[in-house]
Amino acid sequence: MHIMEGYLPPEWAAFWYVFAIPFLVYGALRVKRIIEEKPSMKSLIAVSAGFIFVLSALKLPSVTGSCSHPTGTGIAVVFFGPAVTALLSAIVLLYQALLLAHGGITTLGANTASMGVIGPFVGWIAFKLLKNVNFRVAVFAAAMLSDLVTYVVTSLQLALAFPSSAGVAGIIKSAATFMGIFAVTQVPLSIIEGVVAVMLVSYIFEVRSDVLEVVKA
Amino acid sequence: MKKLLLLLILLIFAAKVTAEEWAGADEKAEEVIKELKPDYEPWFSPIFEPPSGEIESMLFSLQAAIGSLIIGYFLGYYRGLKHARNA
Repeated sequence: MHIMEGYLPPEWAAFWYVFAIPFLVYGALRVKRIIEEKPSMKSLIAVSAGFIFVLSALKLPSVTGSCSHPTGTGIAVVFFGPAVTALLSAIVLLYQALLLAHGGITTLGANTASMGVIGPFVGWIAFKLLKNVNFRVAVFAAAMLSDLVTYVVTSLQLALAFPSSAGVAGIIKSAATFMGIFAVTQVPLSIIEGVVAVMLVSYIFEVRSDVLEVVKA
Repeated sequence: MKKLLLLLILLIFAAKVTAEEWAGADEKAEEVIKELKPDYEPWFSPIFEPPSGEIESMLFSLQAAIGSLIIGYFLGYYRGLKHARNA
């Protein structure tokens, strides 16, 4: 889902920075509050960040014949919600932009918006709706949707910047093309991510029953 | 759940692979951009690029290693805590 360095026109790069920054600031404030008020949750921030680090480093082959990576934001969404997820995602995206030439500084705003803000937000809503119905299904949906929606957003971001012709029709056509690359590839990968997230969250609850009460509340 | 995972892995291997086998989706998107807007010039290039594929793999592995180290450390710590509480 990384939009490569320089591949968003300056006005769109600026737009997505302006969009993402408030979430990052709010996320940082939330992290500060969690550390001060709920020290027992502190280490779970590190675990959530670790999950993003691992999963977004794995470029997996998918049914379309191309490779893509999961986002790993599901755990952070389940434990802390989308704002903290935005901050943790930005850290990983910065690592990849600076050291791996994956994504970039100019596209960091756009990539944070998709992977850290909009995707996790949709996953978080699904989690909230489902958590009292079936907790495992809720975790699965949170992780899967955070991942999949991230790639849908990336497709839309590229379509907005590169419409195939003027007007809305061009944007829709471009969006379909980009989704053919990103979203289709991502379907099986996001399912895998959902399954892995359920396994990890289940284990954490097994050893940390106190966390279960905090999250379910 | 394990069956589902197995099925997915099978699906991946059964996939029909055409021309550009297992290329990254990011690079494919780059090609589409070049088709849609042939005169588009990236206006900024990465400050640092891994000098070779090997170094890139190394940095990706490092990223995964950092993540799994953190997860493993705390899962072990939680397990130990639970054990100590029950003892």
